[in-house]
Amino acid sequence: MSEQLHYALFTGCTAKQSTPELLSSTLAVADKLGIKITILEEASCCGASHLQDFDEFLAHVLNARNICYAEKLGLTMITICNTCQLNSAMTKHALDKDPELKARVNEKLAEVGLEYKGTSEIKHFLYTLIDEYGVENIKDKVEVPLSHLNIAPFYGCHNIRPSELHEEANGHENPYNPTSLDNLIDALEGNPVNYESKNKCCGFHVELQANHTSEVLAGNALLDAVDNNADMMVTPCPLCHLKMDTYQDSIGEVMGRDVELPVLHMPQMVALALGCSEKEIGLNFHVQKAAHLYSQAS
Amino acid sequence: MSTHTEEIVDDYKPFNTDEIDTFQATRKVTLKTFRFNAETDYLPYYKHYEMEVGKDELILDLLNRIKWEHDGSFSYRRSCRHGICGACAIKVNGKATLACKQNAIELIELFGDELLIEPSSTKRAIKDMIIDKSDFWEKHAAVKPYVVSDVEARPKTESKQSIAEFNNFLDSDLCIQCGACHYSCPALEVNDAFLGPAALNAAYRFTVDTRDEAGDERLKITAEQGSGVWDCVKCFECAEACPKEINPIEKIGKLHNLQFVRGVAKSNVATRHAEGFLRGMKKSGYLDEADIVTYSEGYLGVYKHLGTALKMMKTGKIHWHSGIPFINSIPKIKNLDEVQKLIEISQTNKL
Repeated sequence: MSEQLHYALFTGCTAKQSTPELLSSTLAVADKLGIKITILEEASCCGASHLQDFDEFLAHVLNARNICYAEKLGLTMITICNTCQLNSAMTKHALDKDPELKARVNEKLAEVGLEYKGTSEIKHFLYTLIDEYGVENIKDKVEVPLSHLNIAPFYGCHNIRPSELHEEANGHENPYNPTSLDNLIDALEGNPVNYESKNKCCGFHVELQANHTSEVLAGNALLDAVDNNADMMVTPCPLCHLKMDTYQDSIGEVMGRDVELPVLHMPQMVALALGCSEKEIGLNFHVQKAAHLYSQAS
Repeated sequence: MSTHTEEIVDDYKPFNTDEIDTFQATRKVTLKTFRFNAETDYLPYYKHYEMEVGKDELILDLLNRIKWEHDGSFSYRRSCRHGICGACAIKVNGKATLACKQNAIELIELFGDELLIEPSSTKRAIKDMIIDKSDFWEKHAAVKPYVVSDVEARPKTESKQSIAEFNNFLDSDLCIQCGACHYSCPALEVNDAFLGPAALNAAYRFTVDTRDEAGDERLKITAEQGSGVWDCVKCFECAEACPKEINPIEKIGKLHNLQFVRGVAKSNVATRHAEGFLRGMKKSGYLDEADIVTYSEGYLGVYKHLGTALKMMKTGKIHWHSGIPFINSIPKIKNLDEVQKLIEISQTNKL
């Protein structure tokens, strides 16, 4: 790589609150790989598709504001949450194809001295690693091969569906047969687990209002991974992580079977293989015990 | 009959031979096919059929070849062969597929040379690809999928739709009721009561029709907790499954908004969860993770989450003061005043 990769990082809310390990491992990976990161400290919540249910226009205005700050830096905005990716990309898509909506949004943004132009790309960190840094280059940097681990990739809905929205940003990943995470696991010399639920829904978004649905969807995926001999699961989405890591006890009750599977954030897995520090990887923040993965790897 | 023979010397070659080979290249494929006859079989089973598949063959052609070349008893629905009747919706390797619209080689390229041929919903199979769709039709009927209007028997004027009015429901009107989205919906797999993406799309179609008078009634039906829009899990499987590119989940999102626009929304855990995002955003720019749970559930309902909260506290995922007003100290974004101002001037809906 001739030029240093430089991105504007949209952290999202979870990385600033309940999953600090996501932020620290992301920054550690970027540092190891020599990727420059500027955190968008001005960026607000993306609405997580719930604010969108309440007030779609307002959600567009707030997401457009976030994108403005990446545009000001002239950088691609990267996300570390599938749902942040979805909602930011949805706003970009809507504004870029509908000049009338863009004008209405810009009228509001003008009140705070901003203008949405549409000049910044929006990409999940997973796909910048794969498509821009390159799987082969990551392979060269592996210090601690993960060959002792069967790793179940869990893609998370909002990076792969709707494919029409994401295909430019996710290297035309096919939602019915996604491969990026599998390829990344391969590059880190781990053993990707092939299981049906890898591209299914974790149920996070109805955790409060349709709890049973949420628990069963997460349970189906976790048990599918377990039944296919997974030692751990990995996901690019902190919401999938929260659902599948935090609720394993109650999921176990609903499913009538104990569930015990560490669920790592994608950057944590990469950080593990790149030899980042225990503190940066932050496995101590997991509800389902995962700290042994660090001691086994080092 | 003429006995005259003529020696034809054909030295005209329209393509070079290599090109013809590419043109006619076939791919060998094994169809691992779901077989079941509810009248005679205790359990379903899978049969393998091998065939050479040409570049122009559709999945429907392969189904025909199973029936015509291998087993005449193989059963599936088919009718128009033009992607308009919706009869031939099945699943291939779990992908919702309208058999008459889907090129076979494309799927071989995606999934490899063994294709798993299954009905849209294996648990509803009657015979092979044929399923009992009664749940689909019941849910469709439940949302009043027609224009409700008190029309005079002999109206003096036409009931016209402007282009803009028509465009409101245009793509939702293209639904062919194939069930591809309905049987791809994971929420429906778990929750039998959920109306599902096709019925909700139909509800949207007629609710935004300016000739219709049952909009509020439909919005109330689709706002019901347990069966309505709030039980959608936001997975976008329906958007991916639809062969007519309708994007049912987009319509579900519009139904959510319409509840607030038309004042039909009642305060409950789901509506507070949607509106409650603004509480944290006004204070810090971020979602307040603890507050959204307490606000949505209400202080009485929050006990359900205490166990989880304690576990999260133990590992440092949340802090002891999370959720306690005034002490809670989640970080603030830079230029928070911009977000506050934008909410003030851009918010259009209220709970």
